[in-house]
Amino acid sequence: MSPISVTPPSTNKGRGGNERTSSMVKPSHTKSIMTAAFIIVLLWLSAERTDATVTQLVTGAPEMGKLLVEMFPPDWSYVTTIWAPMMETVQMAVLGTTIGAMLAVPIALLASGNVTRSKWLYIPARLLLNLIRTIPDLLFAAIFVAIFGLGAVAGVAALILFSFGLISKLLYESIEAIDPGPLEAMTAVGANKLQWIRFGVIPQVTAQFISYLLYTFEVNVRAAGVLGLVGAGGIGLLLTRVLDQLRYDRACMIILLTLVIVLVIDYISYRIQEKLL
Amino acid sequence: MKNNPLIRRPWLRIRWWLVAVVIVSLYVWSFTGIEFSGIRENAGTVTVAILQGMISPDWDYVYLADGEDLLRGMIDTLAIALLGTFISAFLCIPFAFWASTNMNRWKWSSGIGKFILSFIRTFPEIVMAIMFIKAVGPGAYAGILALGLHSIGMLGKLYAEAIEKIDRGPAEALLACGANRLQVMWYAVIPQVLPEFMSYTLYRFEINVRSATILGIIGAGGIGTPLIFALDSRNWSRVGIILLGIIITVSVVDMISNYVRRKIV
Repeated sequence: MSPISVTPPSTNKGRGGNERTSSMVKPSHTKSIMTAAFIIVLLWLSAERTDATVTQLVTGAPEMGKLLVEMFPPDWSYVTTIWAPMMETVQMAVLGTTIGAMLAVPIALLASGNVTRSKWLYIPARLLLNLIRTIPDLLFAAIFVAIFGLGAVAGVAALILFSFGLISKLLYESIEAIDPGPLEAMTAVGANKLQWIRFGVIPQVTAQFISYLLYTFEVNVRAAGVLGLVGAGGIGLLLTRVLDQLRYDRACMIILLTLVIVLVIDYISYRIQEKLL
Repeated sequence: MKNNPLIRRPWLRIRWWLVAVVIVSLYVWSFTGIEFSGIRENAGTVTVAILQGMISPDWDYVYLADGEDLLRGMIDTLAIALLGTFISAFLCIPFAFWASTNMNRWKWSSGIGKFILSFIRTFPEIVMAIMFIKAVGPGAYAGILALGLHSIGMLGKLYAEAIEKIDRGPAEALLACGANRLQVMWYAVIPQVLPEFMSYTLYRFEINVRSATILGIIGAGGIGTPLIFALDSRNWSRVGIILLGIIITVSVVDMISNYVRRKIV
């Protein structure tokens, strides 16, 4: 699932000007040629390994064209059937995001070096977060289906873990970036650790926390739409069914409705964030 | 006086209550919508079994002489991610220039480009993979094409943002000496955006490795297929070793990619 994000890694470039002077020295040609050669060899080996050829794509294209033709026009009347599962998808995303976010707060505090101070606490916490984030949501869902059985509960559980990993990572990074001023002031007047967190840390990150929450919710709505492919509830269940029945017009309707819901939610969340920040 | 925070305004309080009511009803609606009764009785034992499987994994599965093992599954997964990322890194360039505001004469033109990119982003790769399976048959190739197409959405957006940040100076200087559009592109634009393009591509590669691990669930190649078989046949020690394999591979890829990214930018 790609939705791990559109948050790009921060790059300090592009402000133009002076920072670039150090890189004015041209890197040696041999190095770039070696890198290019290495990448080409990797790509070639990958293509060999996966039997990927362009001819296959060309010969397959008409098949895909046929499928696209069958998708239109979409079966509009199918909306009445898929509305309820679609709402279940949104409900799953709401629950998964909220519970995940609640669990994320303590671990994010634990993982941030300026709150915890002790290496023995924050390094294991970060390690745990990194491990959780290596597993994509659909994989969590497949495992939870084995545990809880088919249905929305497995999907919610998967979304909880996924949101937990995402929000706690984003949150601990913002906690580490907070202004130390208020914290020092509080220490100076003798606040205990809880007061220190409650009045020094939390007010500084609340707005960001809510914006991460909304962002994760958007990601989760998209993700919940496909969790049904492994039997974890939501609209995906119907999607697999209609694809098995070769009813592409219905599949198209499901995809369109999902897109509309996702766009509406993105828009609402965008408006809320605008108000908050 | 109007904005004095010390004066309590009743409508603010009403609005606060309205927001609270909306949020509470959202949760009530969500909780009532989900069936909690369908949980299996043996959920606990299965969880324990999976955890035990992770502690004592099926090490033999790492390498089997007759194929279909963890090592080859992971190599397939990486190959899918690599090729998918490579395809999208090139395909998204025209979209990126289309969507960037400073490369377009008209505002609406870049707006359309941006809309197309966000449309591609909302279309899940797993659904794309299902469609490609119809076109090229089940297997890794369908997965590659799905990742290649889906990644355009995000990479195009990030590339476009990189293009929007460039310094106009060099381009204007080149234009002033009479360079044509292609020369301006090659000597003034590309060198400025290349490091960011590479960094974003690597970042997308990290995401694609994760995505490639699940494509197998619907038959689009990679480690997902043996994983879903192991889950269905309740072979927990095999599930354990596959999960370990995924965790280790993804972590190593992340580490390498982070290191390279830091060197580039």
